[in-house]
Amino acid sequence: MRYLPLSNTDRGDMLARIGVNSIDDLFADIPENVRLEGLLDLPKRASEMQVERKLSAMAEKNTSAGSVPFFVGAGAYKHHVPATVDHLIQRSEFLTSYTPYQPEITQGTLQYLFEFQTQVARLTAMDVANASMYDGSTGTGEAVLMAHRVTKRNKAVLSGGLHPQYREVVEGLSNMSGDRVVSLPADPMGTEDILSQIDDETSCVVVQSPSFYGQLIDLKPIAEKAHQHKALLIAVFTEVVSLGLIEPPGTQGADIVVGEGQSIGNGLNFGGPYVGLFATRQKYVRQMPGRLCGETVDAEGKRGFVLTLSTREQHIRRDKATSNICTNSGLCCLAFTIHMALLGQAGLTKLARINHGNAVRLRKLLSAVPGVEVLNAAYFNEFTLSLPKVAEDVVEQLAERGVLAGLPVSRLEPENKDLANLLVVASTEVNTDEDRAAFAAALKEVLA
Amino acid sequence: MSMNTQGRPTAPGEAGESFRPKTFTGNRALDMEEPLLFEFGSLETTGVDLDEEDGIEFELGAFERKADIGLAGLAEPEAMRHYVRLSRNNYAIDSGLYPLGSCTMKHNPRLNEKMARLPGFSDIHPLQPVSSVPGALELIDELAHWLMVSTGTHAVAMSPKAGAHGELCGMMAIKAAHTAAGRDPKIVLVPESAHGTNPATAALLGFKVVSIDAKEDGTVDLATLKNTIAEHADNIAGIMLTNPNTCGLFERDVKEIADLIHDAGGFFYCDGANFNAIVGKARPGDLGVDAMHINLHKTFSTPHGGGGPGSGPVVLSDRLAPYAPLPFIRKSDAGLELVETNAATSDDEQPFGRMTAFHGQMGMYVRALSYMMSHGSDGLKQASEDAVLNANYIRVGLQDLMSLPFGVRPCMHEVLFDDSFLKDSGVTTLDFAKAMIDEGYHPMTMYFPLVVHGAMLIEPTESESRASLDLFVATMRDLVMSAQRGETERFSGAPYLAPRRRLDETGAARKPVLKWTEPEPAQVTPEAAE
Repeated sequence: MRYLPLSNTDRGDMLARIGVNSIDDLFADIPENVRLEGLLDLPKRASEMQVERKLSAMAEKNTSAGSVPFFVGAGAYKHHVPATVDHLIQRSEFLTSYTPYQPEITQGTLQYLFEFQTQVARLTAMDVANASMYDGSTGTGEAVLMAHRVTKRNKAVLSGGLHPQYREVVEGLSNMSGDRVVSLPADPMGTEDILSQIDDETSCVVVQSPSFYGQLIDLKPIAEKAHQHKALLIAVFTEVVSLGLIEPPGTQGADIVVGEGQSIGNGLNFGGPYVGLFATRQKYVRQMPGRLCGETVDAEGKRGFVLTLSTREQHIRRDKATSNICTNSGLCCLAFTIHMALLGQAGLTKLARINHGNAVRLRKLLSAVPGVEVLNAAYFNEFTLSLPKVAEDVVEQLAERGVLAGLPVSRLEPENKDLANLLVVASTEVNTDEDRAAFAAALKEVLA
Repeated sequence: MSMNTQGRPTAPGEAGESFRPKTFTGNRALDMEEPLLFEFGSLETTGVDLDEEDGIEFELGAFERKADIGLAGLAEPEAMRHYVRLSRNNYAIDSGLYPLGSCTMKHNPRLNEKMARLPGFSDIHPLQPVSSVPGALELIDELAHWLMVSTGTHAVAMSPKAGAHGELCGMMAIKAAHTAAGRDPKIVLVPESAHGTNPATAALLGFKVVSIDAKEDGTVDLATLKNTIAEHADNIAGIMLTNPNTCGLFERDVKEIADLIHDAGGFFYCDGANFNAIVGKARPGDLGVDAMHINLHKTFSTPHGGGGPGSGPVVLSDRLAPYAPLPFIRKSDAGLELVETNAATSDDEQPFGRMTAFHGQMGMYVRALSYMMSHGSDGLKQASEDAVLNANYIRVGLQDLMSLPFGVRPCMHEVLFDDSFLKDSGVTTLDFAKAMIDEGYHPMTMYFPLVVHGAMLIEPTESESRASLDLFVATMRDLVMSAQRGETERFSGAPYLAPRRRLDETGAARKPVLKWTEPEPAQVTPEAAE
């Protein structure tokens, strides 16, 4: 087997040195009646070529986003990632290193985590960011738990503009731990009355902007009302590129900002692995979940970095920890950091402008299609269409015409018939004029 | 005219070996100091050429950002050099033995990376029409099959994002099963030797954690377990047990433990962190396990990447299978079907909820399946055997010098020593570990498990050759003898040769500096200006 260096001679010699007759003597603690004698009922070893053949055949059955006009967003976005990023994250020293528990020999990881935390804090205009969560949705769940710890209350109010699957993650956790959740009805246009839901029992209000439907939301009045009642505002985003162009949640009064960082540096990967961004105010840092990297000095006074404030974490605090989380999204956050370093403020701003510009062009083309209505007045690179037909059917028909057109809301919200005709559409820098024209033409045909 | 014989000298110069120049840059040849990107990047620089924007119209409402973001940019060559230099300050399994017990640092085949980057896997969207991703469902189903067969179970929840997330998923399924049965037991039993994630997970779900002592050989004491169960009769939700445990030992009484818990109305959660020791040798399903997460990044070699991403599918017993979270793949005569919402479930499917948006760590699934297919049933078994063989080879190489807390007996894939061999030497476990760094080794896991004093948990994995193990054993023997001879300086100040000397972690925690801030401009006083 190509991954195993021991030869049979080695194995024999080593068993002799250990003083046992056979390898099974080393497994003697496994009760005999459950010990496997033969092999598992699975195929035997395969060469590189065989594995490539089999997996490539599976991969080829899928329609990759880059091969068609592609407009699906709703929490994961098709962006162009510079070749440098994927090259660098595959450096052995990054790829095959462990969590930096020995800082003297993991300064590479620690320094990029420190750069990552700085980038996230600046993007969101918050005081501190952690070294990442699994993804935006689990980060949102953690943010709600954190708000409960800070406020010593247990009622979360979730906006109807929150990604439905993020809502389900929060609801799932809360149901299990006995916390309360008030989930507002779906809110495509950002017109819900969330303010009246905030009271003295509210721990936190969770609002997504741009919302799941693409609508930009004014967070300031929500923050004000929340703070009047000593509740926290948790601001969520799923498209981090938006922060290159729109007012950051930090200056709008958010107490915790959490979102998905996939757009920068990371591919679509059918939903994972992604990278959750998580930032908060300085005063709440000790209630924060996840890993944190901090600056310090070594015995010679040289600057260095270490994992810090680990007394919040499970390996020290066990059942009193702020979270059970043990890992972050190390390599995905490296990809984010490198891509963001390449962009810089200048590049990110331009990227965000192109995204918005492309969305506006698409909006114009699609709203000219008879029967189509665009629901959002203010949006970034994504908006919601109201169609004269069931959106799911339209999407399938467009797929047959070679256009992957967006997400029919009913796929995530099948029980709400009012949403059956809604289609969430995203446009990023990868879309060309030809892509948009193909989409508009196909849509016109399907709706005719 | 005679030939000039003063060419480029090829012999070493005359400076003494001990001379170490103080360099102007602070660099030491290939060992370079690297600033933070914010200290040399600029707000104007970008390393990405984007298409020119022509005539953009804005439909942002009043939401346009006004202030600077403050993100420094780097041109491509600057970024390349910066991150290549940073990478050189990292230890990695590709550069040396990484004996981190319980973390399982084994070879990461690059075939897996290549497969995960096939556009048909890496460039598909989780919410594009299901009809356009049949190969993705096939891959997930195929991996699920390999996981179920190797664990002897009939269901698996694929979506958890990491081991601890898998634990959470498993315990949520257990809680859902109790609720469905009209029960609300509060107690979760956790042995002292458990990973910290176990008690943290149980606490997160509102369970009360009751700790179970280990007996002298490091395994769970059945008598204590019986008493504890009796004490909390009718209130036992389950047990969270790591097997093989964190002392590197297989719990011989595992079947009895499972029976006791089941008889008490509880479920058996197994922490699968150490499954890599027994793949192809025993199946958790046969041991009475109800739920077990599998760290794909440990047992099946998806790269740790400096701390993630992980992936933690959870195999489930028949009793827990109905409660598996959304989404899941249903197999029927019609083929594979992706079930994403409660509306799409059948009567016998009662998902407790959802662990994450989308479908889990697809990129990791591809890598893990590539690894499992490459090994096959024969290779997976061989890998477990070699991992256990290597650990025992280290054990016999060191057991006369280092102390085995539970006496001389075979271990599984990792060997646990305590620090009694350092008694009165003035050297601590931490010092000892830091001295290993100077020798070119990543230290073993230290001070864990908590059940022994000054724990040192060594896991070589199957990836090490015999020569590599021999050198490691010889190095460790040299270090032990050096400590026992009283050469404390080699340890107390270690590491001496790493990119950094020992770092002040206490100071870092006391006044946390968690991001870079612009340094204050230097105050120029009249005296200083002179």
